[in-house]
Amino acid sequence: MASVTELQPRELLTTGDALRLEGVSRSFGALRAVEDVSFSVAAGGRRAVIGANGAGKTTLFNVITGDFAATSGRVRFFGEDITEHPPHERIRAGLRRTYQSSLLFRDLTVRDNLFLAVRGVARGRFSLLRPGGASTTRAAAEDLLERVRLTAVGDEPVAALSHGQQRQLEIGMALAGAPRLILFDEPAAGLSPAERRELVALLRALPAHMSFVLIEHDLEIALRVVDRVTVMHNGRMLKEGTPGEIENDPEVQQIYMGRTGRA
Amino acid sequence: MSAVQWRNAMNAGAGRAALGKGLPGRGPGVSSRAKGAGDEIVERQTPSMWAAVRARHVVVLAFLLAFPFFATPFLTYQIGAQSLALGLIALSLTFLGGYGGMISLAQMTVAGVAGYMLAIFGASGEATLSLGWSWWIAVPIAIAISMLAGTFVGWLSVRTEGIYTIMITLAVGVAFYYLCLQNYSVFNGFQGFQRVYAPTLLGVNFRNPVPFYFLALACALGGYLLIQYVLRAPFGVALQGIRDNPRRMNALGFHVTAHRIAAYALAAFLAAVGGILLVWYNGLITPNSVGTSWLINVLIIAVLGGMKHPIGAFVGAVIFVLLQTFAIDLIDRERFNLVVGGVFLAIVLFSPDGLLGLWARLRERISTTRPQAALHPRRSKP
Ligand SMILES: Nc1ncnc2c1ncn2[C@@H]1O[C@H](COP(=O)(O)OP(=O)(O)OP(=O)(O)O)[C@@H](O)[C@H]1O
Ligand SMILES: [Mg+2]
Repeated sequence: MASVTELQPRELLTTGDALRLEGVSRSFGALRAVEDVSFSVAAGGRRAVIGANGAGKTTLFNVITGDFAATSGRVRFFGEDITEHPPHERIRAGLRRTYQSSLLFRDLTVRDNLFLAVRGVARGRFSLLRPGGASTTRAAAEDLLERVRLTAVGDEPVAALSHGQQRQLEIGMALAGAPRLILFDEPAAGLSPAERRELVALLRALPAHMSFVLIEHDLEIALRVVDRVTVMHNGRMLKEGTPGEIENDPEVQQIYMGRTGRA
Repeated sequence: MSAVQWRNAMNAGAGRAALGKGLPGRGPGVSSRAKGAGDEIVERQTPSMWAAVRARHVVVLAFLLAFPFFATPFLTYQIGAQSLALGLIALSLTFLGGYGGMISLAQMTVAGVAGYMLAIFGASGEATLSLGWSWWIAVPIAIAISMLAGTFVGWLSVRTEGIYTIMITLAVGVAFYYLCLQNYSVFNGFQGFQRVYAPTLLGVNFRNPVPFYFLALACALGGYLLIQYVLRAPFGVALQGIRDNPRRMNALGFHVTAHRIAAYALAAFLAAVGGILLVWYNGLITPNSVGTSWLINVLIIAVLGGMKHPIGAFVGAVIFVLLQTFAIDLIDRERFNLVVGGVFLAIVLFSPDGLLGLWARLRERISTTRPQAALHPRRSKP
């Protein structure tokens, strides 16, 4: 397995909740996309958010990352209230996300996409001087390249990658720097069975101190890699429990029975 | 530089070495790299600055250095020096627009602020208004105030996009024009400041065509190299990322707004230097120097040359100055704008990337008729 992200003392010492949502809501005009969602993710905890299309899962992520402002409610990240913080400050504090439909620099190479991700959370973003000698930023990008197994296509432009490889890269970009909590938005969508197995392996291999929240329609994946599950429906929290409880819940089964196949 | 060129540029270094390791069947990516014009490498340390020097650079530089020795003083001064000064101001727009995706019409205003400040703090014909300080105090002050003004314009406009950026910067430019026109206590109204001259230094009088030409050349070259360097430094790389996908950059930890404002500050530095050269060139500054037509002329120059490479600003400036100088001999002054407008229209219609775009297409056509040219790139690998 590739190397893990170096632990920083601050993270090792952190206890308590990595993420805490308190009555978070978000409306688009009259549409209540997310309503009164409250849950927490312990440091090192892993939670799945499942629910039908349009349930408000992605919107919830957007509120957590600051892409959308919350209409009401608070978002706490390692105890700090980040509800009003702009996205880049949340990212620098150790929050990361992947996008449901890949949001990559399509004309840049894989390597340079990762490079920008590393640079975004490193010092010297405004530097007018080119780094001399061996660039630590470059080295970090190489390391990520290896972790998401894209070394062979490192110099390919993203536009030339397969869908699965682009999803891998999305994850690689979220792993840049020292993430403390990662929000994965349907990372398995459109992946082949083999790629899904790799994804599960990658999620399981994340360092134990790293928390994540996973939106996933494929319950086989979702329930296998998390310790808590939230079921959302029409913007609200419908259920909350361990994977075992959720799997056997008749109401949840009914919702998922109604789905045509697994997206 | 387009995103594709940017990619090619970045692939030029390590990418070339790893060419064989690419995925099989990824034809487009590999072939586009092979004919990539890039001699630029994003934030990778170049083994030495000299490794990037090509034959064409040497030829152009030699021509520029020799130019005053075979050209008449008129050509040296009117065409050479003026093009370099205007090119520097247009370069500031190319940097903002081509690499930052922000079209500002206020770059001549920023240059004009530097010009006015030079006249006010330095010496001019208006002894009652000018402080008459030495050039080596007045010039840094002028540049500093101009950079503040440019940063202010950036701060005002970075939250807007596209047409709104153009409108806001145009409004700032027009406001400054009227301020200069109507204020007599500081800006001396419509008369402006006459007799603002380049200094004499170490016995060299920079008012003379040849010394002034070399002064302008040194500034232009410095500005050009500065931009070329910064575009591959962390700041420039991030700026181009922001141009392509600001939301993603924000989600990677970049403070998009701060980055954009900083780009305005850096662009203002170039415009300020160009503005000071222009005042020395004209020997005066008046509200007309910062009037609407000049605000737009800067845009015309940048687009004419092509905003995808820093050199485009200077190519555009030379064409513009040549047209301005010689079209007047052929037709009367009123029709000059018609000629410029016509040439501008033709270029924009036939090549959105300006003259550089035309040149690139021409080269491509030549190299496709002689495919071996693409297989044997002239560039040596560092
Ligand atoms: N920017 C927006 N403006 C207006 N409405 C939006 C916006 N984003 C999402 N919505 C609406 O909010 C609701 C929830 O959308 P969201 O994308 O969060 O669902 P989701 O649970 O992620 O669904 P999926 O499984 O399809 O990804 C939907 O009805 C959607 O149309
Ligand atoms: Mg979604």
